[in-house]
Amino acid sequence: MEFLVASAIGVLTAAGVYMVLRLRTFPVIMGMSLLTYAVNVFLFASGRLTIGAPPILMKGVESYTDPLPQALVLTAIVISFGMTAVVVMIALGAYLGADDDYVNDPPEVGAETGEDPR
Amino acid sequence: MNHWIVLPVVLPAILAPFIVLAARYHIGIQRAVSIAGISALIAIAAGLAWQASDGTITLYRLSDWAAPFGIVVVADRLSTLMVLLTAVLALLVMLHAIGSGWDTRGRHFHALYQFQLMGLMGAFLTGDLFNLFVFFEVLLIASYGLMIHSGGHVRLRAGVQYVLYNLLASTLFLFALGSLYAATGSLNMADVAERVTLIGADASAGIRIAAVLLLLVFAIKAAIVPLHFWLPSSYAEAPAPVAALFAIMTKVGAYAIIRVYTIVFPPDLAVTSGLQGDWLLPAALATLAIGMFGVLAVRKLDRLVAYAVIGSMGMVMVAISLFTPESIAASLYYIVHSTLTAAALFLLCDLVRAGRADLVLAPRPPVAGAPLTAALFFAAAIAMVGLPPLSGFLGKLLILDAASDTPRMVWVWAVVLSMSLVALVGFSRAGSMLFWKARSVEQPEGAEPAARPSALAYVAVGGLIALLGAHTVLAGPIHDYMTRTAGQLFSSEPYIRKVLDTPGKMSAPSPGKETH
Repeated sequence: MEFLVASAIGVLTAAGVYMVLRLRTFPVIMGMSLLTYAVNVFLFASGRLTIGAPPILMKGVESYTDPLPQALVLTAIVISFGMTAVVVMIALGAYLGADDDYVNDPPEVGAETGEDPR
Repeated sequence: MNHWIVLPVVLPAILAPFIVLAARYHIGIQRAVSIAGISALIAIAAGLAWQASDGTITLYRLSDWAAPFGIVVVADRLSTLMVLLTAVLALLVMLHAIGSGWDTRGRHFHALYQFQLMGLMGAFLTGDLFNLFVFFEVLLIASYGLMIHSGGHVRLRAGVQYVLYNLLASTLFLFALGSLYAATGSLNMADVAERVTLIGADASAGIRIAAVLLLLVFAIKAAIVPLHFWLPSSYAEAPAPVAALFAIMTKVGAYAIIRVYTIVFPPDLAVTSGLQGDWLLPAALATLAIGMFGVLAVRKLDRLVAYAVIGSMGMVMVAISLFTPESIAASLYYIVHSTLTAAALFLLCDLVRAGRADLVLAPRPPVAGAPLTAALFFAAAIAMVGLPPLSGFLGKLLILDAASDTPRMVWVWAVVLSMSLVALVGFSRAGSMLFWKARSVEQPEGAEPAARPSALAYVAVGGLIALLGAHTVLAGPIHDYMTRTAGQLFSSEPYIRKVLDTPGKMSAPSPGKETH
């Protein structure tokens, strides 16, 4: 199972990084989502992988799973979810205003007007 | 338990929803609440700084849970200093936002401003790394809204870049926290600091990855080369008061580096040794150089100031990366100076912009109120470049002095001094282009001269310059205080003991003493 989880995190991260390096808004946001999935699984695994063990104290149970990463992952999921919504809205606004969805800077407009007007 | 410590976080958190819910359509009430709230913050911050000034570390346990289990808020000299600086900066920037009418050019400026303050205060006060992440997110969410305040597609485009870059940084932060938790099993700074010392050299791979990842995250926040690419566009396109408030945001990164790399990963820790001197210092010198060359290369005033911010962050990081008590004291002195100067310069951009079609560094007809604006720009530029008599010069001297008996002295002196010259040329060119050459350009026929910016807008910039003056005149006592602050950072044992040994719920019962 360790191999499965580790390779899943690795593949998600690699795909996410590749997508983030694109120049259009949509692939970049997709890449961001993949990266946040990867980090959520990674956080979950940071408390060691245990199967079928309860996270809270119970009678007659010897082994427990670490409950803290689960709380951390919840926080991380909520934040990344909200952030993705925010960036989608801002990107939509930029797309509708500028009529293209490139992420990089447009060619500098001051380049021509920077000359002496006379 | 002293509840005042958590108030800088709670007060803006209450005021912001109040502004949205109760005063949504009343800009007058919003302004009054905002100013009153920030004034109260200054009073609280001054009280906290006074309390911490004799070296006491005060601790606040949220819900009274004991330290490694619950989240703690810790106020020591460094935290309260940054909180006070933020509060004072926030008041002056808010005065400018009201005076220049920026707060009426879009919705919810005041509410977002309060949320931004909440995030900043929380980031400075928290004693828990995951909580630091959460407060980073709070200040970032608010900054996304402020950054695109009053809209326009150029600003939105810059906003998309800014948000995406910071989302990546947040993801990286989570990876860092995950590896730290996997290696130590705790995220409380004091607790991690204790556990890190127990890790042997043979099992240090995880903790080393965590230390480097955390440094990368904070380096993104502090805009250190090669992670600075988010800064020029977003600071230049953000509304001027927002950019001025953002002057403290890069310092959050610097603060986090100072905090984490003195308490959790101190320079004498074997498993992470070499990180500061071998990696951070060259990056800091490169940051300084690229920032100042940027000042020379750009064609617009707002970008020029953005690159000057990068350069001054380079200066701060040079001092931090030497990691001696003297250099940390020098960097703290320079952080205060650099925050005030950068904010003043961004506000001046707005004053210049008020009478011009754009901020391109080319001769344009003189603007209304140009003599006063020019005089203020002159003072702020002197401060930023680091010429006498203002505090930039003293800060630079302190940094050079702190570097003088280290093996890397040659590099530090050479880069700092030559880049000062480059910055001097860049700012002289900008100033003479904007204000002197303007006198030789005729006002076009029939053009109405633009109205002079309001007096309140000038009060804000004048206030920042006056604070710089005070920072210079009182340099002796302030530097003494910074030295004591650095001393407290480098003897972290009282901090760790205070956090871990203060009893609360879930504490291990100590013999002979009843805990609750």
